[in-house]
Amino acid sequence: MGFPHKSHPKETVVLSQYFGDAEARTLKGWTKRGGYEALTQALAMDPARVTDIVKESGLRGRGGAGFPTGLKWSFMPKEKKKPHYLCVNADESEPGTFKDREIMRWTPHALLEGTVIAAHAIRAEIAYIYIRGEFTEPWTIMERALAEATGAGLFGNIKIYLHRGAGAYICGEETALMNSIEGKRGNPRIKPPFPAAAGLFGMPTTINNVETLAAVPHILKRGAAWYKGMCLSNPKSTGTKLFSVCGHVQRPGNYEVTMGFPLKDLLYDMCGGPPAGRTLKACIPGGSSVPILTREETEACLLDYEGVVEKGSMLGSGGVIVFDDSADMVYQIMRLARFYAHESCAQCTQCREGTAWTTKILERILAGQGKPKDLDLLLDLSENMTGKTICVLSDSCAAPVISGIKKFRSEFEAYLAGNRQPVMVG
Amino acid sequence: MTSPHGTAHTEEYQPVFVGKTMEELQDVLQRYPNKQAALLPTLWIAQREHGWISDRIMAEVAEVLGLTPAYVKGVVTFYTMYHQHPVGKNFVQVCTTSPCNICGAEGVVRALLEQTGAGEAGATSPDGKWTIIEVECLGACGFATPVLINDDFIENVTPAKVADLVRKYR
Repeated sequence: MGFPHKSHPKETVVLSQYFGDAEARTLKGWTKRGGYEALTQALAMDPARVTDIVKESGLRGRGGAGFPTGLKWSFMPKEKKKPHYLCVNADESEPGTFKDREIMRWTPHALLEGTVIAAHAIRAEIAYIYIRGEFTEPWTIMERALAEATGAGLFGNIKIYLHRGAGAYICGEETALMNSIEGKRGNPRIKPPFPAAAGLFGMPTTINNVETLAAVPHILKRGAAWYKGMCLSNPKSTGTKLFSVCGHVQRPGNYEVTMGFPLKDLLYDMCGGPPAGRTLKACIPGGSSVPILTREETEACLLDYEGVVEKGSMLGSGGVIVFDDSADMVYQIMRLARFYAHESCAQCTQCREGTAWTTKILERILAGQGKPKDLDLLLDLSENMTGKTICVLSDSCAAPVISGIKKFRSEFEAYLAGNRQPVMVG
Repeated sequence: MTSPHGTAHTEEYQPVFVGKTMEELQDVLQRYPNKQAALLPTLWIAQREHGWISDRIMAEVAEVLGLTPAYVKGVVTFYTMYHQHPVGKNFVQVCTTSPCNICGAEGVVRALLEQTGAGEAGATSPDGKWTIIEVECLGACGFATPVLINDDFIENVTPAKVADLVRKYR
């Protein structure tokens, strides 16, 4: 539901049904709402069967990449020769995204239940839930729920531990997260080897996002066909998805809709559109790492993995950032570039240097000191930052720059031509 | 809190990992297959007890986990939430990334800096009570502007609400 607002009739409420309902946080309250029934069901099944059901449901990773979840689980070795691990990515740090936070705040047991089911499916005995350091409230709630469920002996031989991050966006990248659990700097690793072969502590590992795992108990309980049936457009995108909407809308919040739902309806019907008297200018539909959409593209966009790609962007994490006509796109793109410059782990030259140079050039343009060739320079730089590094942080910095210059070029040119009041950036 | 924030380098060093804190560390070690993996949680405990991560603390952490101080420093400096110098009693993190920026985060920072006497971002107020910093995305973009005061996560802060916050935490 459109937490913190009332549920909208066009929403399909599955994961967010109990957002705002504090009783659902307790073991008793969760059990009363049908919680942990799916777990009992799953633990009685062969792990391969659980994986098959998730495969059939069409569930895809909700952290950003959209990789089929059941398929990912099936990559784990069938014969267990070494310890297997499950990592839960609760390092939600992608600007515009705040859905996993709500899942952990309101339905901690949904995440725990999904985690144990996944651990069973991949034959792991230990799962680490990596929660970003700033999420103090979700941490406390998860800690309490974990103690309660463990105390009740619900998890069999499977152990779950919470691991607190310490302020690093890059640790949301799967191999950086594993390094961080291992007590290292959060530098992403070169792949292959992929985690299913050599992940955490060099052992076969699966890593899943919070929202992905929270959907798993529902799939087990109501069946793959039910989940697969929730689809408004492309059959490759099934189920519901939480969209975090922020920026220039009247009712920002988390809204849950069926895959393929029109972005236009999400922004105007559910979120009330931009503030009175203003019009929508641009939208970043999948967290700050994906290309920016114009108003026309936004209003024609369907929210599923394929629909957003068709309009030139990506579904990503489902973090929707809305800009109205009062937004200075040059300034906002600089803020995003600055974010990536700050968060670069500095392993790869293209990223370490590229994100910093991109920010500097954008700051210079804003200050009225831009050079005529700066836009070409930015595009050249961005091209060299795309597809050339260990992870995609560098590409993520380039995406808003490339799309921003392409779609809002006149705003950049106004600064370059001295037709716009310079902005001093601190 | 067993020791005050802002312990000077010159004071006699009191080891952190003794008694109950050492027991807590032993419990943390049970969760991982090796000692190194306990580094982040160990640093969190150290910061909670000491207020910040000094070189001396890093050396102690290295010793209890069988690592070198240089390795520990390499990790500490990678993550932004470990304080490498003393901070005010109230450590305030204000999100100023794009989604919060367009909702007025910069005004919140300004109001906090003025009303706490901290003056500038990263500096500590003369009374030692406030350190205000701008941070990148706190992951609560729909509740702009989120502000983290120590461990209290506060949503929907506007410049007008700053006065009440300052009064509450002073």
